[in-house]
Parts: sequence; C-alpha cells; structure tokens
Amino acid sequence: MFQFIFRRLSLVVPTFIGITLLTFTLIRLIPGDPIEVMAGERGVSAERHAELSAQLGFDQPLYVQYFRYVSGVLQGDLGNSLITKEPVMKEFLTLFPATIELAFCAAIFAILVGLPAGIFAAVKRGTVLDHSVMTFSLTGYSMPIFWWALLLMLVFSVTLGWTPVSGRIDVVYWIDDVTGFMLIDALLSDEVGAFRSAVSHLILPSIVLGTIPMAVIARMTRSSMLEVLSEDYIRTARAKGIAPWRVIIIHALRNALIPVITVIGLQVGILLSGAILTETVFAWPGIGKWLIESIGRRDYPVVQGGILIVACIIITVNLLVDIAYGIVNPRIRHSK
Amino acid sequence: MSSQTITAPIPKTPLQEFWHYFRTNKGAVAGLSFIVLICFMAIFADFVAPHSPSQQYRDALLLPPAWLQGGNWSFILGTDDVGRDILSRLIHGSRLSISVGIVAVTASLIMGILLGLIAGYFKGMIDTMIMRIVDIMLAMPSLLLAIAIVAILGPSIVNAALAISIVSLPHYVRLTRAATMAEMSKDYVTSSRVIGAGPLRLMFVCILPNCLAPLIVQATLGFSTAILDMAALGFLGLGAQPPTPEWGSMLSDALQFVQRAWWVVTFPGLMILITVLAFNLMGDGLRDALDPKLKQ
Repeated sequence: MFQFIFRRLSLVVPTFIGITLLTFTLIRLIPGDPIEVMAGERGVSAERHAELSAQLGFDQPLYVQYFRYVSGVLQGDLGNSLITKEPVMKEFLTLFPATIELAFCAAIFAILVGLPAGIFAAVKRGTVLDHSVMTFSLTGYSMPIFWWALLLMLVFSVTLGWTPVSGRIDVVYWIDDVTGFMLIDALLSDEVGAFRSAVSHLILPSIVLGTIPMAVIARMTRSSMLEVLSEDYIRTARAKGIAPWRVIIIHALRNALIPVITVIGLQVGILLSGAILTETVFAWPGIGKWLIESIGRRDYPVVQGGILIVACIIITVNLLVDIAYGIVNPRIRHSK
Repeated sequence: MSSQTITAPIPKTPLQEFWHYFRTNKGAVAGLSFIVLICFMAIFADFVAPHSPSQQYRDALLLPPAWLQGGNWSFILGTDDVGRDILSRLIHGSRLSISVGIVAVTASLIMGILLGLIAGYFKGMIDTMIMRIVDIMLAMPSLLLAIAIVAILGPSIVNAALAISIVSLPHYVRLTRAATMAEMSKDYVTSSRVIGAGPLRLMFVCILPNCLAPLIVQATLGFSTAILDMAALGFLGLGAQPPTPEWGSMLSDALQFVQRAWWVVTFPGLMILITVLAFNLMGDGLRDALDPKLKQ
C-alpha cells in the first residue's frame, strides 16, 4: 500500500516541475519587455528600468530566475499584485473560501440530482424515464453554462423575483469575516435573515456550476449500474428473494459507486474552471472572477500565481482520488 | 409447390455496415442532420442570411422577434442594441464556429496522432517524456489553460483557436498511444516488420488505419468542446472581438440588455447549445456504430 502511494506521489514531482516551468515561461512569453508591460503606458526611465530589472531579478540568467521562482513558490511566495501591491497568496486566500463554498454547494447539487437520476435510469432501462434522463443529461453536458446562468437569472431573478441577481449576501447585512464561508459566518452572526439571504444568493450559482458535473455523474452512474446489474451475483440475490430495492441499493449500488466516486473526484477541475464563468456572470467574489479581472488588468503575477495554485489543487485532488481508488480496488494498487 | 430462389445476401461494404448501425440511433441521425444544416448555413451564409451581419438598422433597435407584438417579419429573431439582425448574425456566426472547430480539431488531431504514434511505437524515454507533458496539460482545466494561452498571446480568434487545439491535444495523444500499443503486439505488425517494413511505414500504413475508430469519435466530440470553449472565450472577451458575429461574444455584448430584451441573449445561447448537442449526439452514435463489441 505504502509502495503504491509512494509511486503515485513520485509521479507528482515531475508534473509539479512542469507546471512551474509553464507558469514561469508564461510571464516571459508576453510580447515585449516585462518591466515595460508592468509599468504600463507611462513608461520608465533607463535608470529605473535597470533598477527594477535588478530588483525583480530579470538581469540574472534564466535558470537562476527559475530556481528563485520555484524556491519562492515552495515557500508560498507568489509575488505581489501589480495593481494592489498585495501578495498574490494573500489575495488568493481571502477569495478562495467563496469559490470553495460555491463549488461545494454545486457538487452537492450535482450528486443529489445526478446519482438518483442515474440509478433510476439504469433500473428502468429502456423506458421513457431512462430516455428522458439521458436526454436531460446530454443537454446538461452540452450546456454553455454562461448562457444557462443568464437564462436562470432572467427567469428566477428578473421575472419571478425569487432569487437575488448577484453577489454573496444582501448589502443590508454586515457579516464579520470569521471563516470566509458566508453560510457559516451568517449563521454565527446575530443578524436575522442573514443566513436566508446567503442561501438564496447561493442557489442559482450552485445550480449553474453543478449542471455539467450532474450530467456527467448521471451518465456514469447509469452505465456503471447497468454493468453491475447484469452480474451473476445480482441474479443470485434476486433469486434468493431479497426485496428489489434492497438488491439495488445494498448489493448493486455499492459496487457501482466505485467508478462514480472517481468521476466525482475528477469533477473538481470542471468545477474550478466552470467557476471562472459562473463567478463572472453572478459577480461572485471568488478566484475565477479574480483571475479573469487580472487578465483584463494585465496583472501578470496574479495570473501566473492563480493558474499555478489552481493547477496544484487539481493535481492534489487527482492524487487523492487515485490513492482512494487504489485503496478500494486492489487491482489498481498492484498493477504497474 | 412453387420453387423459391434463394440468393445469398450481398456482403455489405464497411461503409454500408457502418451506416446500418449508425442509422438505428435516432439521436445520432438528428445530430448529423443538424450538423449538415449548420455547415450548409456556414458555407452559404452570404446567400442564406436575410441581412448583412454588420448592417445597423438605426430605426429598428432592440426589435423583438417577429411573432411578438412590435416584431417585424424582416427581422425574424429580432435585432440587437444597434439594430443588427440577430438571425443574420447567428448564420454568419456559424461560419466562424464551424471553421474554428475544423481548424482546432485538425491541428490537434495531426499533432496528437504524431506524438501518440511516436510515444506508442518507440516507447522508453521518449514515451515517458511525451506522457509527462500530457499529464501536465491534463492537470490544468482546459478552459483555464486556454485562458492562460490567450492571456499571453492576446485576444483574437486565431489565438483562441490555437489555444483550443493545444488544450485538446492530450486526449488525442493518449488515445493514439493506447491504440498503437495494442496494435503493436498483433501478428500483422510483426509480419510486416519481418518483411522489412521501416518504422514510418509501420506507423502510418500498418498501425494508424487500425487506430482510427476511437480517434474519429474523439474528433467529433472535440468539435463540441471547441465550439463550447470558443464561445466561453468569446463571452469572457478573450476570443472574437466585436463586431465579429461570434455566438459567445454576441452574448456578452448583449449582457446589459438582458432585462429589456430577452431575445438578444436567448438565441445565441440556444444556437451554441443545439450545435454542441448535435456534435455530442453524433459522437455517441459514432462510438456505438464503430465499436465492434456492441455490434454483436
């Protein structure tokens, strides 16, 4: 087991090096001189240029610059934003809870809807129910989520007035920032109705962000369930006279869930990139919106750092999923 | 007793056989029909579209679709905030989406096949190197990587297409490599090698044609990803720049009029959804029709 975990961990190292190389090159591939790009339209004098160049280490050979960059990254130093002058890491940490909160609720929505839909479709194979679940999931899978967000907003916020249009909570509430998670902070605060407001702000963004993962989970659950339901042991269980629902929930679902859990883990990448679009539409103050705005403001250290952090999160989650999969499935653990 | 002549069934050509299986999937046929329609519109956009996509009718701003009150049958899907015909812009937009799809899919298919064949054929160090790079690319969400590439190169359609083709590369490399490795162990490859076929001949003439089925499916699904990512980049202002009639940027241009005029955002999005859905349906159908396991 430890050997397996060690082998998987050792594969992460080259990936990490590759990603730092990528983000390191990124800022140097921008057409033009990085210092002039940073200075913007005002431009810099020759002395100031040399000074800045020495300060930022641009006068050093590339490998020295890369080594410095990586040692900074390993110490959590991702440079400072050009606009706010704040450390990138600090900005990231203040915004990240908002994205986690959104992604978590989206994942809950996706699992709560996708899993039962997939199970029902598999059990009622070939019926109208099966066909409609598959049609809906393929539609969800093909959904341009930025449009889906606008559409839901148009119907539920603008026309029906059920949910707020954007943001995390109504401006009338002043919530102390304890954990960074609005739901928890709102509960902790004494403000009446704050929690309700926070929940109503979360509903539409979570549905939008959860749509594609939901479709993927439903499809995966269905095919995995179909495979398991045709196994001999299921027929045996049925022949023994076990109640049909018990065969499905206790006997079939447990085995069918293994690939589904892997798929759920792999949705993290989709959730984080989907967050870029969802947060932009709903003005949700998370890392997706932060990255897009930084690109617009040409704030390259933020772009560089943000991409690196997001990639690292995804590598970590994929690694955890792999290890978890190895734990439940010995065949994976022992294969080379 | 009447005599009956029994004729042996004429064996089907591979194409006929494929069509036989493909036809049974109604969704796939619907997808294919829509794709044919879109391609027709894209090619003949200048003749099909009722108006020019950039002509601004100053006396017809934000006109609703024709069937609503205040609509005008000369602008069937209504007009946008500067009086351009939405239907015409959608039709011209299909030209852009389809061509970006073709460019992105072809570019990543060619590069992916090359890298995958090399990795699968030579194995060893070169395989490890290629696969590590592929793993790194897979660790990034495709949209984020595309955004990063466009952020470096600057927003434009060409850069967006380039970014999309780089982003979808890993899937083709992995598929080709896996298929190549499976084929390499087969007898026909060994016998070709014994006859004296060189690596190039083995790779491209012997192995590649037998790896094509999964690649065709992936390429079809790649179209849907390309169109979706292109629209997302356009929506974020990183793809096509206004006034280019691109579906995603049409949506973001119209954002401020959402509350007054629902049609300016509804139709471009619907167009993206249906086109992407059509490619996904066809991809599913192709997979079923090309998969020998399911035929039996």
